[in-house]
Amino acid sequence: MTVTEARTSAVRILRFDRVQRGAHWANAALFGVLMFTAIPLYFGSFFGIVFARHTIAEIHLWCGVALPVPIIISLMGPWGRQMRRDVRRVNYWTRSELRWLRTVGRAPLEADKFNPGQKLNVIFIGAMIVIMLGTGSIMWWFRFFPVEWRTGATLVHDAFAYAIFAVVVGHIVMAVTHRDSLKSMFTGSISEKWAARHAARWLKEVAEESPSTD
Amino acid sequence: MSTDAKDVTPVTRAKPVAVGRRVFLGLAGLGALGIAFGSKVQNAVDGALGQGLGFLPFGDHFRIYSITGGFPEVSRERYRLKVSGLVDRPTTFTLADLEAMPKTSFVKNFHCVTGWEVPNVAWEGVKLSHILDTVGVQPGAVALSFDSYDNADTESLSLDQARLPDVIVAYKMLGANVTTAHGGPVRLYVAPMFGYKSLKWLSGIRVVDTVEPGFWEVNGYPVNGWLDGATGPTDPDPSFT
Repeated sequence: MTVTEARTSAVRILRFDRVQRGAHWANAALFGVLMFTAIPLYFGSFFGIVFARHTIAEIHLWCGVALPVPIIISLMGPWGRQMRRDVRRVNYWTRSELRWLRTVGRAPLEADKFNPGQKLNVIFIGAMIVIMLGTGSIMWWFRFFPVEWRTGATLVHDAFAYAIFAVVVGHIVMAVTHRDSLKSMFTGSISEKWAARHAARWLKEVAEESPSTD
Repeated sequence: MSTDAKDVTPVTRAKPVAVGRRVFLGLAGLGALGIAFGSKVQNAVDGALGQGLGFLPFGDHFRIYSITGGFPEVSRERYRLKVSGLVDRPTTFTLADLEAMPKTSFVKNFHCVTGWEVPNVAWEGVKLSHILDTVGVQPGAVALSFDSYDNADTESLSLDQARLPDVIVAYKMLGANVTTAHGGPVRLYVAPMFGYKSLKWLSGIRVVDTVEPGFWEVNGYPVNGWLDGATGPTDPDPSFT
């Protein structure tokens, strides 16, 4: 290991600020409870405990209603700067990112703060919050909507629930197999060395913005 | 998605594409289409295949719906079925009374109007027609109104529909006593119609001179809930659909 490498691996940069970490974990907790309570609700009589079932349905309902709250709060106000900036980052893709995705990671890529897979994960989860809240509301407050919508909403809620389970399991697998990234979702910071390897374009951007003070 | 131009430094000089917004809107659009047309798509597939998309994966499990949010707990001992209205002998039956009547059992699918279906459910009970014969229906009677122990759900059947051989007052389901979640101790099972017609926690049958639309019909479902969507062989009056 050269002297420079030793030095840069010790330098840490901010990946997720406190607002983002808070929003992530609040969102993760809500998703966790929703997915956990979804199982007995979906499998109806399989879990036959009567009183518990009603309680489970209420928990599922209110966690669902609360689902967009952490994200909305984290996007608002002066504290939401970095969150808004990262949303924009997730939104805008370069040609090389599109190519990287099309070739399933084989095309060369100077990665942004998030790679295209991570970006898709964020977009998907964002869309799911809106869709599941919408379809869930139609299922619960069906009296206020046309009756056929209840059937359609049930179909959509189910189909996307399967997709959510797949994506979230994938997300967790990626997190546990990429310990540095996972740690940064707890502590907020990541080593410059990691950034140079996995998010070179972002590292450049960070360096341009805050010239080294040492 | 929020944008805040002042906060943002361009990420790259090459013109970026707003992929995020497109994928987001695409998914949301797919969801909206599913809500609007999911019911039609399911019906079309049902019609084409002769069976539904709605079989729940991973086993035959019901979704339990309840109007009130809870379930009325009625013990087998305290259960009563009150039959009243245009009948010769208004009668209140106990569960033992019902079980002493001639049994009818069969295996039939339970098809919910929201698209899911549980195949091969074993049912056992007494034919509604037998109960009607026991109490004696008076001339001028046209329909039945059903009440539930949940004090919320109501249902209706025309007299002709009620006399169909696969319309039963069920006390067994899935090979055991009907559980509270499934509407036990006693529920209605109307095999040729969607599940909402099979009222749970049956507490009363009133024989009446007009069809009184039940809870689900007031909320938009057809009074005649035939599985095939037809107006029905026994009650072709289109005003009932």
